[in-house]
Amino acid sequence: MNAQLQPTGSAYFITRETESHERRTLAILVDNEPGTLARVIGLFSGRGYNIDSLTVSETEHERHLSRITIVTRGTPHVLEQIKHQLERIVPVHRVVDLTTVAVERGHDRPLERELALVKVSGAGDARVEALRLADAFRAQVIDANTEHFIFEITGRVSKIEQFIAIMTPLGLVEVCRTGVAAMNRGAEGM
Amino acid sequence: MNKTASEPRGAEPAKGEMTGAEIVVQALRDNGVEHVFGYPGGAVLPIYDELFQQEDVQHVLVRHEQGAGHAAEGYARSTGKAGVMLVTSGPGATNAVTALQDALMDSIPLVCITGQVPTTLIGSDAFQECDTVGITRPCTKHNWLVKDVDQLAAVMHEAFHIAMTGRPGPVVVDIPKDVQFAKGRYTPPQTAPRPSYQPRVQGDLEQMKAAVAMLREAKKPIIYTGGGVINSGPEASHLLRELVELTGFPVTSTLMGLGAYPASGERWLGMLGMHGTYEANMAMHDCDVMLCIGARFDDRITGRIDAFSPNSRKIHVDIDPSSINKNVRVDVPIIGDVGRVLEDMVRLWRATAHSDKSALEPWWQQIDAWRARDSLAYKPNDDVIMPQYAVQRLYALTRDRDPYITTEVGQHQMWAAQHFGFERPNRWMTSGGLGTMGYGLPAAFGVQIAHPDALVIDIAGDASVLMTMQEMSSAIQYNAPIKIFILNNQYMGMVRQWQQLLHGNRLSHSYMESLPDFVLLAQAYGAHGIRCEKPGDLDAAITEMISIDKPVIFDCRVAALANCFPMIPSGKAHNEMLLPDEATDEAVANAIDARGRELV
Repeated sequence: MNAQLQPTGSAYFITRETESHERRTLAILVDNEPGTLARVIGLFSGRGYNIDSLTVSETEHERHLSRITIVTRGTPHVLEQIKHQLERIVPVHRVVDLTTVAVERGHDRPLERELALVKVSGAGDARVEALRLADAFRAQVIDANTEHFIFEITGRVSKIEQFIAIMTPLGLVEVCRTGVAAMNRGAEGM
Repeated sequence: MNKTASEPRGAEPAKGEMTGAEIVVQALRDNGVEHVFGYPGGAVLPIYDELFQQEDVQHVLVRHEQGAGHAAEGYARSTGKAGVMLVTSGPGATNAVTALQDALMDSIPLVCITGQVPTTLIGSDAFQECDTVGITRPCTKHNWLVKDVDQLAAVMHEAFHIAMTGRPGPVVVDIPKDVQFAKGRYTPPQTAPRPSYQPRVQGDLEQMKAAVAMLREAKKPIIYTGGGVINSGPEASHLLRELVELTGFPVTSTLMGLGAYPASGERWLGMLGMHGTYEANMAMHDCDVMLCIGARFDDRITGRIDAFSPNSRKIHVDIDPSSINKNVRVDVPIIGDVGRVLEDMVRLWRATAHSDKSALEPWWQQIDAWRARDSLAYKPNDDVIMPQYAVQRLYALTRDRDPYITTEVGQHQMWAAQHFGFERPNRWMTSGGLGTMGYGLPAAFGVQIAHPDALVIDIAGDASVLMTMQEMSSAIQYNAPIKIFILNNQYMGMVRQWQQLLHGNRLSHSYMESLPDFVLLAQAYGAHGIRCEKPGDLDAAITEMISIDKPVIFDCRVAALANCFPMIPSGKAHNEMLLPDEATDEAVANAIDARGRELV
């Protein structure tokens, strides 16, 4: 599993990870009640797991169910633990590893989309260029005056990253991102 | 554990409305609670007022909230019921945290009710306010802040259900003071639990068949059991004994699982792990099939993970799916309640053809050779009481009284585990996972409350016992005749042992200067004090201790520099144990090599 370092002169064993990290997207269905999100986040911080992205919203109002989407990284062993530890939380109904399911169904990865609001200010050529590039990225202008634009852009994480990188020299002021929403292709549910 | 608390007693039909405090007490009654360990304060006074006006639930007053927690743990572990504690807001809740984490790590069902400032004051930094659910979230199985009195009954019942079922654990119900006063509707315990919480109790049949087939082929099998067997109830211990009898396999256990298989049983190898016996650890290392039942491959058990039982196929039975493959990869995972799985496996074993026990002969010969190494041996001494000798004499003089043993944490704990024989489950209460010094005295108090006529002994160390010594006062108040048997070496012995091993024998702050006179201390509490300094006086002194019908503090002066062996030094595998006859000063100093020390 992991390489064991030589005796450390402590009561514990120190391990060094030798397995490579994988990126996974998890969908977690939970009871929407106070403390549930804190429990999920506390699990990640308390056990030293990574969170690259986290989104949450109530998705079934009648049953008070929320869906949390977490993008995480870890060795296969850690990722298995993350899933089991999440399932142990009392208000957690289901944990689905969307990445694994996607591969099982013959896809590369699940559908993942993120929304970002990007504020760019400037004048002259830079302003024209920002608007032209936004159009190329199919970003919408949702607010503007003579000195700024706010663009709304939706897409894969890589697209958003690229858009922000391009806007940086053109007068980028502020960015707000939702984090990843994810779902698998096909007729079946999660 | 599947069983819920004992049958609801003749509860009055819920008619009309009750106050929140009445709801709490009614819910305790309906969940079969007879004793609550607690300490009053401003934010729980309405519940205390309600307790005062009834006689079904007895409140047991402690001297510190940590003591309430450990007492409730001892109560739970010796009865199989949930332990219940009641504390106030703020410092009451924060003092309970150590006991909650202790119960979490040892999977003990503990229901902790905390008072909270009124809902309108939450978040205002009110007097004795703290974020109880926030603080206790990582150290409970689940917790609740009840803001609506109409939810209170349902939450109380769910709290007991969650504490007792699946992998048991601690829960906290935080109740603001205004909710305790408010009137609401009482609902009796519901049988339908929440959909998201459905612990799996029945093992997968195919996996169990695969496990039995694997066991049948084994030439060098071992059964490694843990606290899960105890938690599953007495029937699980019974089934374990049946399985061992049928198969003729050797059996070892973690610290938590002692008593599930009797120490006098012929297949017993003793405890395994860092201070386990040579035969248990060697058998673990060399086995070809390992059956792990209700244990979790803790780091004190495995030693070096990459050298842990390298040639075995492993079967792991556990009720908690997250325990599977957490530290050690297993070949056949079986998720379910230990009792149910054992029942099925015994049935499957019987159903298939009889195996030939003689095939295990070479394995048993090997084990007997390891046994002959006598790894628990120590040098007897006529002038000074050896701590191992003290535990052996205590065992010899009390074993026919079916005693309940608790411990603190340290060398004395390991000596108790090595030298005291446990014949039955629920007789051994020790802080295994968290290693809480100060656990044993209040735990013994809790055990004695549950079993007023039993002999309850806390095998203690001089350092640990001072951490919760104030609970002697509780023992006196409730006529709980607990026996505090202190192996007094005037050191934090285990700390010193590690300093000798790892830190060049520089004994930094591990010497207990200015210890109290434990005999006078006993007298100050109104208890009985005994001091014993000579091996020749020990039997008479222990007999005196047993005969006294009130709390006793026994100051057993033992060899100051004795160390706890055998031992797997850090970074070593099971087959690299340091044995007592090899543990010279030089061997101890060099057990962990220089390169290892530099890494610290």
